[in-house]
Amino acid sequence: MRRHLLSTADLSHDDAVLILDTAEEIARLAARPIKKLPTLRGRTVVNLFFEDSTRTRTSFEVAAKRLSADVINFSAKGSSVSKGESLKDTALTLEAMGADAVVVRHSASGAAYRLANAGWSSSHVVNAGDGTHEHPTQALLDAFTMRRHLGGFDGRRITVVGDVLHSRVARSNVHLLATLGARVTLVAPPTLLPVGVESWPCDVSYDLDAAVPGSDAIMMLRVQRERMNGGFFPTQREYSRRYGLDGQRMAKLPDKAIVMHPGPMVRGMEISAEVADSDRSVIVEQVANGVSVRMAVLYLLLSGSESAIGHDEGQGHGSQQNQQNQNTEPKGAAA
Amino acid sequence: MIALVESVPTESFNDLSREAEKGVRTLVPKKTQRMPAIPQGARSVLDEADISRALTRIAHEILERAKGTEDVMLLGIPTRGATLAKRLAARIADVEGTTVPVGFLDVTMYRDDLRMKPARALERTEIPDEGVDGRLIVLVDDVLYSGRTIRAALDALNDIGRPRAVQLAVLVDRGHRELPIRADYVGKNLPTSQRESVKVRLREHDGVQHDAVYLGIESETAI
Repeated sequence: MRRHLLSTADLSHDDAVLILDTAEEIARLAARPIKKLPTLRGRTVVNLFFEDSTRTRTSFEVAAKRLSADVINFSAKGSSVSKGESLKDTALTLEAMGADAVVVRHSASGAAYRLANAGWSSSHVVNAGDGTHEHPTQALLDAFTMRRHLGGFDGRRITVVGDVLHSRVARSNVHLLATLGARVTLVAPPTLLPVGVESWPCDVSYDLDAAVPGSDAIMMLRVQRERMNGGFFPTQREYSRRYGLDGQRMAKLPDKAIVMHPGPMVRGMEISAEVADSDRSVIVEQVANGVSVRMAVLYLLLSGSESAIGHDEGQGHGSQQNQQNQNTEPKGAAA
Repeated sequence: MIALVESVPTESFNDLSREAEKGVRTLVPKKTQRMPAIPQGARSVLDEADISRALTRIAHEILERAKGTEDVMLLGIPTRGATLAKRLAARIADVEGTTVPVGFLDVTMYRDDLRMKPARALERTEIPDEGVDGRLIVLVDDVLYSGRTIRAALDALNDIGRPRAVQLAVLVDRGHRELPIRADYVGKNLPTSQRESVKVRLREHDGVQHDAVYLGIESETAI
């Protein structure tokens, strides 16, 4: 059975914990002189990136290579896609080359779901970000980082601040953290909250100062100007003053609280340089953990005759429906 | 905890891997995993006292061969091998008065049958800070059967460093090797047929009152 990682809403509590535990064991191996493991020898992983990305693509590439898989990088620039080739034709081409897994990033929400379920290819699909929908491996590495610092999720309060409307990271995090038992609060100006956010498994607030003192972890999101074509807030300065994290706000965080950012950061906008470089910031650690978490995902999807995680193809519930119905209940991955 | 899939009604031996269950870490949610304390229809071939005596003897043999504990390091193969390694280290400390470093070596990622079975969870790998370079490594496992686990362990060890020498200690050697591998220290040689299944139960992780080794018959429906 081919299985995919398309959305964190598809992950059951046990699946999510299994990924984090596996990543934990893999992270312990990172200190060895020989970091490569023979586990996925002879398997091919295609990085199919229709959108720019350095962090995620490099992270997936390192992860696949550490597991001895062959990696093919396929980015839209300089490929046939720039000549007008469709997602379908690209998928068929890759299929003909025999990819075992396709890691896909696309500007259209639901592209990964389409790739996984349209019958174009027989590979496992890992969503590396589709439009404003989901970015499951980012949420997993965020959760991994939180678990290392906070010890667990039960009753922990996570505050996610900023451009939730355009953020696939926020959506993935809300579903995953709710599944894991944390309490998530989204803080954003009303214009930057998606329609239907009230049905997400989280609280919503417009007031950052009220949310800061009770947060065990605070995650700042970048304002995605490239996806904006209207006036979502009056000025950058006003946004920064009301929804940015600076030294003064950070001082009101509880003692052991951590500051996170999925990157890329815009210093001076949603996060001040002082905060980004402070002891509480785990931003660089997030990047390092990304490799372990992605290794865990690739290992669990690809290493055996059956995947240990993910969501089966052809199942009724899918990421696209999630997005439209705004389902609040985290769904278990049907086995 | 290693355990059978819940859907297996009794301890049927069907799903057990060839080497002491190592191959069948089926990924059932942990909460639902429970190991029946005593396998049904199996007979005990080693009891707690036998296991204890065997470990004491192996500890003495390791010390004798190595002429002390100077560069000895024990690496247990999870999960039961890890427990046995800890017990062996305690025995060596009792006898010699010096401690030897103990670590754990998970071989899952190095197994040659990964693709034949569902993806499985990883166990803990923990190499003592001293490192394996130039040391005498004693691998510790519960049951030696095909030898494939040990092959994987040797590969894994190779990626960690270059020991002076590698030896192997097992609680039970049941024969039927498929690779040119032999144990240096054996708790008990147990002649078996390939239709039989050997199971080790240890207090630390099987929820049993007493340690024991059981011999049972693999059922006809075994795959």
